[in-house]
Amino acid sequence: MAELDTSGGGKHKGGKIRSKKASTRIDLTAMVDLAFLLITFFMLTTTLAKKKEMDLAMPDNSVKTSQLPVAASRSMTILLGSNNKIEWYLGEPGKSAPTVDNYGKDGLRKALIENEKNVASTHAAPDNFMIVLIKPSDKSTYENLVTALDEMSIAGIQSYAIVKITQPEIDELKKQNLY
Amino acid sequence: MPRVKVARKSTFIDMTAMCDVAFLLLTFFILTAKPRVDDPVKAEVPASSKIKAVPEENLATITIGGKNKVFYSVTGSDVRSEALKAMGEKYNVQFTPAEQFKFSNIEIFGVPMTKLKEFINMSEDEKKAFEQTGIPTDTTNNNELSNWILTSRQADKALHDRALDVAIKGDKKEQYPAISTVINVLGKQKIFKFSLITDLKTAPKK
Repeated sequence: MAELDTSGGGKHKGGKIRSKKASTRIDLTAMVDLAFLLITFFMLTTTLAKKKEMDLAMPDNSVKTSQLPVAASRSMTILLGSNNKIEWYLGEPGKSAPTVDNYGKDGLRKALIENEKNVASTHAAPDNFMIVLIKPSDKSTYENLVTALDEMSIAGIQSYAIVKITQPEIDELKKQNLY
Repeated sequence: MPRVKVARKSTFIDMTAMCDVAFLLLTFFILTAKPRVDDPVKAEVPASSKIKAVPEENLATITIGGKNKVFYSVTGSDVRSEALKAMGEKYNVQFTPAEQFKFSNIEIFGVPMTKLKEFINMSEDEKKAFEQTGIPTDTTNNNELSNWILTSRQADKALHDRALDVAIKGDKKEQYPAISTVINVLGKQKIFKFSLITDLKTAPKK
């Protein structure tokens, strides 16, 4: 009825009108080319490595809560100096000789784990965890701070805080050429 | 001697399957693609072993880089637009609705309030060429950074009824005082819990 006669000639004589069978194969080469080009583009522009975050809780300094007395022997103070070096000491300043150390597996991490063990064995539970005070000096970098905080979580230190550095400690760092 | 005739094969390959795969992958990459925001300063974040991913929304990011310059960005264009309105009232700068709309599309900025109007009206190319001086973070209780955080927190609370998270994204070579200033600004608003954005370092063996 309403069909287009695509069969080219006028050969049919009285027979049925057959439409010519066209091949169903389409040349996909160009389409595939384009698809792969776009894939390459999107693959290269997507960022797969997402940024991570480290949670940090600072002490609430607006509330003056009663401070718990803590044995000085349980504290470890880490001073972050310049040139990616740290200096740490146990207990009160000036009482024990500070050690100059570096960040890393054999430096800070080793010291943390050893001191933690010492504190745990010399104090009675439940107050036998070590308290770490991180004191970044003005010459330390942001990376130093993050590394130090990361070491805390690696060594499993329960209690640590970022504390403002004091003048005697800056002098101590100066003595070691780390300020 | 008769020549051996090699049967001619068709060079036509069926590409349907290949085409299917290609488009499947293409669809995947298009859907996962997210426009990347270029920071106005290069902030190379330090590495840590933390694996918690940075949330994609409800986050205010303070970027510190390029010699103590502070940049601010907050997710959600509605929050940005509300924060701008509130900031305009605080600093007596009038922003037209068109400017508010333009600002809501600016992902990250680091200009003081006095220059903000000028910055908003720049074209994309001009913005790239413009050297942003950073948001002022002087020691007063009411510095601009602190007000930006405050207004966006209020806007987020009013619009979505949720508490805005704050993250600090610092360049690793940045000296500690710059970071300390920002932490103090947060502390004054009683934000004591925030996050530091880091890159993933392979987890060390214990």
